[in-house]
Parts: sequence; structure tokens; C-alpha cells
Amino acid sequence: MARAAVRGRLSWQIATVEAVADETPRVRTLVLDVPDWAGHRAGQHLDVRLTAEDGYRAERSYSIGSPPGEPVAITVERLDDGEVSPYLTEELRTGDALELRGPIGGYFVWGPEDGGPLLLVAGGSGVVPLMAMLRHRHAAGIDVPARLLYSSRTLEDVIYRAELDALDAEVVYTLTREQPPGWTGYARRVDAELLAEVAWPAEQDPRVFVCGPTPFVETVAGTLVELGYPPQRVKTERFGATGGR
Amino acid sequence: MSDFISRGFRGHRRESGDPSRVPPGQYVTSDFPVLSAGPTPHTRLEEWTFSIGEGDGRRTWTWDEFQALPSETVTVDIHCVTRWSKLDTVWEGVSVDTLLAEAGEDDAHPYLLAYCDGGYTTNVPLEDVTGGKAWVAFGYDGEPLEPEHGGPARLLVPHLYFWKSAKWVRGLALRDEDEPGFWESNGYHIYGDPWLEQRYAGD
Repeated sequence: MARAAVRGRLSWQIATVEAVADETPRVRTLVLDVPDWAGHRAGQHLDVRLTAEDGYRAERSYSIGSPPGEPVAITVERLDDGEVSPYLTEELRTGDALELRGPIGGYFVWGPEDGGPLLLVAGGSGVVPLMAMLRHRHAAGIDVPARLLYSSRTLEDVIYRAELDALDAEVVYTLTREQPPGWTGYARRVDAELLAEVAWPAEQDPRVFVCGPTPFVETVAGTLVELGYPPQRVKTERFGATGGR
Repeated sequence: MSDFISRGFRGHRRESGDPSRVPPGQYVTSDFPVLSAGPTPHTRLEEWTFSIGEGDGRRTWTWDEFQALPSETVTVDIHCVTRWSKLDTVWEGVSVDTLLAEAGEDDAHPYLLAYCDGGYTTNVPLEDVTGGKAWVAFGYDGEPLEPEHGGPARLLVPHLYFWKSAKWVRGLALRDEDEPGFWESNGYHIYGDPWLEQRYAGD
């Protein structure tokens, strides 16, 4: 396993919200101007810290959706019982200041040197760090085959849809709850049969990144191992139902 | 401490339980979230072993032998670096003190590297797993430990961030130097004290 370079403390700093964009009715992207940003790799995350007037604080981690070399952007899904995500998606506006530190994480990352083919499997807002990888691959003109399997509840819930359709990567959608008339894509939760149809054959030695809610990741990662993928090739990131993101 | 205020943020002030038991930056959850870097291994109990040490001095137990060791039931608070804390969790396991004594190990090696199915490792100082501070746990809440929570057995070092409580643990290697494990090599803190918020390297 790769060793990350030794580095100093990750300091909290004040970023400015440069732009906000609604991706779906529940999901918003925040483009941030971070004055002292050391650069990030595709797949990393950052920590956000909110402070109330009386000093009360709440911290959460969010995946970075923008590729290396572009302004830092996080894409946040609003959790109705959440504490930080409603603030980020409903209260925060362009010009506001936001305290953060990062980038964080040296394992769930992909760069051109890691090769491919690339299999990305997303459940819901788990697409965010995978999008950073696809954008990085696209922006850098990297000639590595990439396939994204993306599970959403409905078409309306698909994040980055227009951009995904325009990328030079294969994107396979499955809509688990509701499908529009004439939908020809998958219409069920990801299962072994679906994965066997979509995933690269194990012999091609794919690099795999799976991100989504825990039961989704458990199913996908376990099934890929059954399909012959070496466990060490299957990198996962999970989020629970506790508003951890 | 910075004097930054997040405009318009009030917060939920969710019930955080006894503040003396919840480290800074953490919130209390009643769930048991799962965090792992890869697929969940499923090692058959017939194939499972646990070892202390390496080479000639190695001591290894089978599952049945391990179950025959004196075990303890402990109630502890656990703290994940992703910010959830869970209070009063009940575990059953064998204390690391017992394992070291059974293996005939003294305090000659000041560090341990726990290794696991799936290739995960984590480092801990010996003094942090001796004196009744750590266990190899195979039961949770009166049931066998579920695979996604680290079963058949995981290390339990509740006073450090929970990534130190390595899931699917298969042995403890003894070290003269503090050798970074998996997350410790990927940007996370070498020691991981939740009360000092030692989340990332350099904190």
C-alpha cells in the first residue's frame, strides 16, 4: 500500500463560497475559494466546521467533487434530520465564509498513474468522489477505459446528469424506486446479476471504487469479490444513516 | 481558537449525553455505523487463527482454543474519527493482557502492529493495550460479532479512535519501533487520542 508523504498539520482556514448550484432538489454543489489550498487528488475529502454565535460547533466530512487543479467544490445532499447538511444546502449563499480543512485521505484516490480499467460504483450521493475521478480522467485526457454504475432512487435524484451524459465514459444507471416512461436502463437495486453484466471481467484487472450507503457498499464489494475481483483492488467508502456526511 | 462565526448557523444541539464522556467534535449516535476501506472478509472459523509475535516465538490459537481462554464482558464508550460516538457498548473478548501472558511476552517490545484479514493494519503502543485497556473481542451486545463490524474478532481499544480497534484482526506483531499502519500511512494520526482530537497527521 502506498505511503502518503509526511506532512504538517492540516490547519483550519476560511474559504469563501464562490458559487452555488442545485444539482437535484436535495443536492447542492458549493464552489469554494480556498486561499491556502495545497491541491487535492481525486477521491479525497475535506472537513467543514460550523460555529454558532455562542461557540457551539459541528464538524462533518464531505467528498470533493472537483478534479485536481480546479477550484474546490463539494456536493452536499440534504439530510432532513441532519445538522450540517441543511445549513450547507439551504442557508449558505455566494459570498459567505466557510471554515474548512483538507484535503484528507490517501487511500480512496485515483490518478492516471493508477491505470485501469476503472470501475466506479455509486449509490446516491456516493457519486461525488467518483465524479472527481471521472472529471480528472477527462480533463487530463487520460486514455483509461472507465465505467460508472450509478444507482439512484429516481431520475430526478441523479446528480451531475447532464455532465455525465457528456463525458467520454460509459455510464450505466439503475433507478431503484421510480422510472420515467420509456426507461430502458436498469430498474432495480444492484445485485449479483446486474454487476456481472456491467463490471469489467476480473481478468482485465480493473481498479474499483465503490461509494454509497453501507448496505449498498457491502453488497457491491462482496459481490465483486465473488466475481473474482481481488479484495485489495476493491476500494470502498461508506456512509451511515446518521448524518455523518 | 479562531473567533470565526458561521453566519446563520444555530445547530441542533442534539442530545449529546454526558459531556464528560463525549470528546470534542463528536456526536452521540445510537446506530452502529460501518466504515471499512474494502470488502468485508468472511473467514471460516475452522480456518481462523490468532497469533502473538512472529517467527520462533510466535504463539497461535485456533478459534476453539481462543474461545477457551478466560474472557471478559466490558462496557465501554467508542469514538469514530468520522465523528460518531457510541456510549455504553457491551463487548465480550479476551484481554490483550491475557494473550500476552499466555504467549509469554513481557514488555520487551514497546509497540504492536495489529494485522487483519483483508490486509488492514494498525499500530498501537504496548502500554495502550495492557493494564486492562484492550481486548480481542468476538461478542457484541450478547451476540457473536457480525462480519461487517469486524467478526469473527476485532481488536477493541476504546480509548483511542475506533480505527485502532482493527476489524477482522488475526494477530499482533511485536515491534521495537512505532510502525504506521494502514490509515496512519494514509493521512491519519499516528496515535489517535479522541480527547485531543488527533484525527489527522500532525493534529
